[in-house]
Amino acid sequence: MNQDGPRRLLLAQVSPGAELPELSYPVTATTVVLGAMASRDWRPMHHDKDFARDRNGTSDIFLNTPSLAAWFERFVTDWTGPYGRIRRVAFRMLGSIFPGDTMVFRGVVTALGTDGTGCGWADVDVSVSVDGEAKTTCRASVALPVDESDNPWTRRGDRWQPQGP
Amino acid sequence: MSLPVDTAAIDRMIGIGQYEEEGEFPVERGYIWTTCSSVENGNPLFWDDEVAEQITGGPIAPPTMVSVWFRPHHWAPDRATAGLPLQVHFDLKTAFGLPEAVMSENTIVFYEPVRPGDRLTTRQILRSVSGEKTTRLGTGRFWVIDVDYRNQRSERVAVESYTGFGYRRAAGS
Repeated sequence: MNQDGPRRLLLAQVSPGAELPELSYPVTATTVVLGAMASRDWRPMHHDKDFARDRNGTSDIFLNTPSLAAWFERFVTDWTGPYGRIRRVAFRMLGSIFPGDTMVFRGVVTALGTDGTGCGWADVDVSVSVDGEAKTTCRASVALPVDESDNPWTRRGDRWQPQGP
Repeated sequence: MSLPVDTAAIDRMIGIGQYEEEGEFPVERGYIWTTCSSVENGNPLFWDDEVAEQITGGPIAPPTMVSVWFRPHHWAPDRATAGLPLQVHFDLKTAFGLPEAVMSENTIVFYEPVRPGDRLTTRQILRSVSGEKTTRLGTGRFWVIDVDYRNQRSERVAVESYTGFGYRRAAGS
């Protein structure tokens, strides 16, 4: 923790159409296997190239969905800082990501608001692409502090409404 | 080729909670750190106990890890074969005779934070099954399965919804 405490992105500092800082990452077999093992996904298409090719019809092993979810979370919270509390995520898998690919995460703020409990939120459309082709998209909603004294993580019970708006 | 279909049996599964089970081990920090490391997530909530205490009242797990805590061990001494996560998905593959499957959509809504030491319980609920469809992968069916996650205090921590596509590859592909 620095002297000023952890970074706190406030709702008022965000505008619709704002872009999240881009993240580019070269994927290796280690990236795929590490993500699969970290998420306890033992299925062979995420570590066995022959299986992936023969049974899934893909060219190589590929990133699993829980690992991609962790990548999306990291991308969003790199932007918000630790006070950002993800409310919900919706992924759409369009294509696989393989060793040798460079995956590029981009995001844009699509909507902002405050719910009936006073919780600030921002919706962001995020995508990960390879060579300009979207491989997975993610529509995420993240709670943001409305001022310096607010902390979305303290919300519980009826004061936490992650399913909407 | 036509697929074997027992729609009445499948219809009876829809909306019914199945496979209620507790995770095989408590939420623990080793997997939290391994996951953060695997995606180079430097969020101080997971690495700096002082920050975690200040913001979240102590350490928590990354919310998107919620499914990690119920994936079974690949092997366990009291089990003859490897366990399968999201068993309803595999039941549907078997029921429809579809050898291959992929997940096409995944939605997660997050409620109470998950903390080290929590014992999570899950329940799987089949929401829908489509008619037969052909995609570039092959011919099969889409289905939607919800997973309801609760902690040891019966507080909901997440609801996850999966859209799967079970299929048979086209001949020659």
